[in-house]
Amino acid sequence: MVGRAWKFGDNISTDEITPGRYMGLRSNMPELAKHTLEDARKEFPSSVKEGDFVVAGRNFGMGSSREHAPLVIKMCGVKAVLAQSFARIFYRNAINIGLPAIVCDTTKINEGDELELHLSDGSVEDLTGKTKIMFPPMSSTMNAILNEGGLIAYVEKHGDLVLV
Amino acid sequence: MTGKTLAEKLIGSHTAKESVSAGEVVIVTVDYTFSHDAAGPLLIQQLNQLKNVPSGVNKNRTVFFIDHAVPSPTKELANDQAIVRNYALDNELILSDAGNGICHQILAEDYLSPGDMMLGTDSHSCTAGGLCAFGTGMGATDIAIAMKLRKTWLRVPESVKMNIQGRLSRGVSGKDLILKTLSILGTDGATYKSLEFDGPGIDELDVYGRLTLTNMAVEAGAKTGLVKSDSRTRQYLKEAGREERWKEIRADAGASYESEYEINASELEPQVALPGSPANVKPISEVKDIKVNEVFIGTCTNTRIEDLRIVAQVFKGKRKARDLKLIVTPPSKKVYLKCMEEGILENLLQAGAMITPPGCGVCYGAVGGIPADNEVIFSTSNRNFPGRTGNPKAQTYLGSPATAAASAITGYITDPRKLI
Repeated sequence: MVGRAWKFGDNISTDEITPGRYMGLRSNMPELAKHTLEDARKEFPSSVKEGDFVVAGRNFGMGSSREHAPLVIKMCGVKAVLAQSFARIFYRNAINIGLPAIVCDTTKINEGDELELHLSDGSVEDLTGKTKIMFPPMSSTMNAILNEGGLIAYVEKHGDLVLV
Repeated sequence: MTGKTLAEKLIGSHTAKESVSAGEVVIVTVDYTFSHDAAGPLLIQQLNQLKNVPSGVNKNRTVFFIDHAVPSPTKELANDQAIVRNYALDNELILSDAGNGICHQILAEDYLSPGDMMLGTDSHSCTAGGLCAFGTGMGATDIAIAMKLRKTWLRVPESVKMNIQGRLSRGVSGKDLILKTLSILGTDGATYKSLEFDGPGIDELDVYGRLTLTNMAVEAGAKTGLVKSDSRTRQYLKEAGREERWKEIRADAGASYESEYEINASELEPQVALPGSPANVKPISEVKDIKVNEVFIGTCTNTRIEDLRIVAQVFKGKRKARDLKLIVTPPSKKVYLKCMEEGILENLLQAGAMITPPGCGVCYGAVGGIPADNEVIFSTSNRNFPGRTGNPKAQTYLGSPATAAASAITGYITDPRKLI
């Protein structure tokens, strides 16, 4: 699937992804998702399309442990988040809910570029910029969790929390 | 065998292995898990989806807190809190209800001891490291699994060591030390790592100051922040009524660190984080003429009784600036009661403070104390990301309780050493 890149800078915090002032909407995820990343880019939640990509710099998702942050990004239809690095908890949460979080060199991707993600061979193709960006594979357990669609499905399948 | 860091020791003791080293991925047993009103409803949803695994929930060590938005400001948050409250009661788990206090504070007051493994749905779970317990924050799904199976998976982190020399001078505190640390490491300088504090300056620091240090380890991206367990830890546990659970834990002399830094505490002046990032730090001598509209003294970072005693000392009969809002939120019922006994409440009220019920308070903008457009808050909390306090058009500065009190008196960010 081809989607467009939404570029963000370094250090996008969970307070910008899903602000604390909307805490009252956490049990109403479709409403909460209408405010996704609005403090970083106001037009994002209304204009993002199914299959688009969030593309960021360093330390994406710093701050809170709120799993609602990757959840609302996923609910907006975002296919994957690509960043130079992620905050630890956000990264783990994203994989746990089945949202690919890809560590790669995002400097050559421009706002609005058309991207195609090839998870299995570890590459992102920038169809607009005509470049191919490779990324290293995830750890085997995280890869298995992502392949199951998330941690709950993974644990249910194995009947236990196991390392693979 | 090479020496072990605190992280390697604490994780290793929770695995089936004899020892572990940085870089290994391991399954660890978990002693305590917790959630709260901000993440609990999602966690409970996830727990209810787990059908194919045996339940190993430890009823005496699973805690649900209602602390993030108390008393509930809206019906939606009241409903979320009811979900959490009812789940805890129906399943005979520990409930720390609205008004009792902030999760990290209550865990330190009543539950944690050196060597424990504790996971919670809150990024500041690393506070536990001030007692040499391994604490780390995760999302609702990870904690649901940890609650039900009493285990999780962890990558054993590399450690970054902060060697603290000298002794903090009067008016300078653990908060200034961690802000200085953040100015060195930045917001991702310790990502995935264990941030370990040691040295003569730590020997001199009481547990309340250590809890402030470890609370903000996550602000440098760290998985956890840790301090050794020594005689000061023992004294804390004695006062908390569980001295029998004390044990000495120190990093080995030959432990291997990814990097080491040194700070001379005796030369440190009060530090201030400027709006936008807790790592955007300057010494107070370089922060001039910043007018403050609201001072917030509260949160899991910085309102232990020792902090509030210092605040009371700074006020000592002085009043807040006339056009400034002063909000003080005790972190727990216990600290609230102590403030009452010691006359600190009277001191604060005479100074012009509003005192709000124990909980997370103004920190992240879901309950009262939200600033007006273009207002400046000086806060003792741990985060000042854009929009954090509920209004993206306001600005938040961070600093110590002493600096907060001094700034409340003058109405400008003020060096507390001038007033004590």
